[in-house]
Amino acid sequence: MTLPERSPSEPAAGQATDLVVGTSLWADAWKRLRRNRMAVASSGLILLLAVACLVGPPLIAATWGYDEQTQDLAYGPQPPSWEHPFGTDFYGRDLLVRVLSGGRVSLTVGFLAALVAATIGTVYGAVSSYAGGLVDAVMMRAVDVLYALPYMFLVIILVTILGKSLLLVFLALGAVGWLLTARVVRGQVMSLKQQDFVLAAKSLGTPGRDIVFRHLIPNTLGPVIVTFTLTVPSMILQEAFLSFLGLGVQAPRASLGALINDGANQMLVFWWTLVFPGSVMAIMLFALNFLGDGVRDALDPRMRR
Amino acid sequence: MSTLPRAESSPLLEVRDLAVRFRLERPGGLLRRGHDELRAVDGVNLVVRRGETLGLVGESGCGKSTTGRAVLQLLKPSAGTVVFDGQPIHDWWVRKGRRWVWDARLRELRRRMQMIFQDPFASLNPRMTVEAILTEPLRNFGLTGGGDRRRRVQELMATVGMDPRFIRRYPHEFSGGQRQRIGIARALALGPDLIVADEPISALDVSIQAQILNLLARLREELGLTMIFIAHDLAAVRHISDRIAVMYLGRIVEEADAREIVAAPRHPYTQALISAVPVPDPVQEATRQRTVLSGEVPSPVNPPSGCPFHSRCPLREDRCTRDVPVLREIAPGHRVACHLVD
Repeated sequence: MTLPERSPSEPAAGQATDLVVGTSLWADAWKRLRRNRMAVASSGLILLLAVACLVGPPLIAATWGYDEQTQDLAYGPQPPSWEHPFGTDFYGRDLLVRVLSGGRVSLTVGFLAALVAATIGTVYGAVSSYAGGLVDAVMMRAVDVLYALPYMFLVIILVTILGKSLLLVFLALGAVGWLLTARVVRGQVMSLKQQDFVLAAKSLGTPGRDIVFRHLIPNTLGPVIVTFTLTVPSMILQEAFLSFLGLGVQAPRASLGALINDGANQMLVFWWTLVFPGSVMAIMLFALNFLGDGVRDALDPRMRR
Repeated sequence: MSTLPRAESSPLLEVRDLAVRFRLERPGGLLRRGHDELRAVDGVNLVVRRGETLGLVGESGCGKSTTGRAVLQLLKPSAGTVVFDGQPIHDWWVRKGRRWVWDARLRELRRRMQMIFQDPFASLNPRMTVEAILTEPLRNFGLTGGGDRRRRVQELMATVGMDPRFIRRYPHEFSGGQRQRIGIARALALGPDLIVADEPISALDVSIQAQILNLLARLREELGLTMIFIAHDLAAVRHISDRIAVMYLGRIVEEADAREIVAAPRHPYTQALISAVPVPDPVQEATRQRTVLSGEVPSPVNPPSGCPFHSRCPLREDRCTRDVPVLREIAPGHRVACHLVD
């Protein structure tokens, strides 16, 4: 990749117009990710699921005239058929629409909660580590205290105090989920801030804010993205758990967790009410985890095998 | 060697009794906690005149890099003052009347003193393009805006002998020597007076070392730079320096004109260093007398009493273990810290 050095005597072009554009480490990682077949298939699957969840319900509403809350009480629960590929639930609601709109809730909560967690965690960890000394000690002890509290217990308290809206569910999840990211980023910054380029920035008069946001955080984003992609499925799972407890998305709206909860209660009689939401959830989590692994391998090629 | 009339030029940098001490926490229980003190730099006095190049030489761990960093205030000195161009530098809260105010003088002085780092792989942010790296100092001080900035960046690239078209590339796409050139360009971006070069060639391939050394020598002449050139061997330093100071265990043991110190070293440690430099003549090299030092550098946590060098000195006397020798002038411009030198 390196080109021969030009001798100092060569004339300097005043303003060269034909710039040689380099490959950033991100572009390099992207290239590696695209070569990973499992990761590409997984991201395709996630995209497909996301599009289906987004477009499916309104499309079905426009074509057949029902949404996830429309009941057909005359029929009640029906097994899968051509008319209702996933069957209908106890109240005669079409399960496909409910799974799709539930999937939308789960994906939204998963991604937003993970995003909130990653943002808070990154900034918190980087600032704590860069400040060092007493500030670092106090900030990290706060993390330890939160870590020591039972995680779900905290979320349940937050949801109970703040109410049961969807927005608050992911806020609550994100507000508790940033601890891991904060620790990961702090560890990264600890080693980064010893590096000469940080010292160089200091000697160039770069203010502390710029050192954190322009030098330190961009160099921690690799691990942060990995943590992010692996947080999304765990957030989805936790949202499902909250819904399972009845604290997440409230009926008659659906989320995958709530659907699985309903299905689990009736699985011996109406098996399809558990199998379909459960399978979609499982596929979603598998795909997200494989994508997360792929991203990790792409960002850190040395870790691979 | 610089042709500037040295006698007339005034000091650009004065370092007085500089000390850097690190606290080492001793492992142990909560109650038996204690700490050791590592004296990385222990009372260094230096004067660097305008346009002069001072070579700072010593073994690894003798505190030469720490001295460089403390001079630039990248490390907070534990004691002593650094006077740059007649102004004492400090960057902390100063009392002004009844209020404490932040003394921002250092930020302004930063423009005038820069550093070149040893490891060109660690000193450039891998996520930034060369353009971003070289623009950063300009942006920090609001120098040149917009399109002028790109022109300035390309000028800098040309100054250090790099193709100006490469500004959109990333550090990992360059070789070690090229990266070191970028590091030099970055140090030059603000148009500094003083450059501290911290072993700028020791991490490079031997074939590249001469190129970078020549580049530094050329830039020094063209831009009238004052330099502190830090190195662990005399061979690299003697050609680029006007004066050379030899450090041992956080102190300066000898300081003199470059030619003089190589021709007539007085301190036993300097003599050992000089004798370690190979002679590029096989006949002479075979018969050359060498002073080989025995033992290890003592730990700066627990330095020897008296002369810091006495534990390895071939000429040791009784008083060396008792009294600390002071750095005193034995000839004009030649200072030595040794009891045995008159």
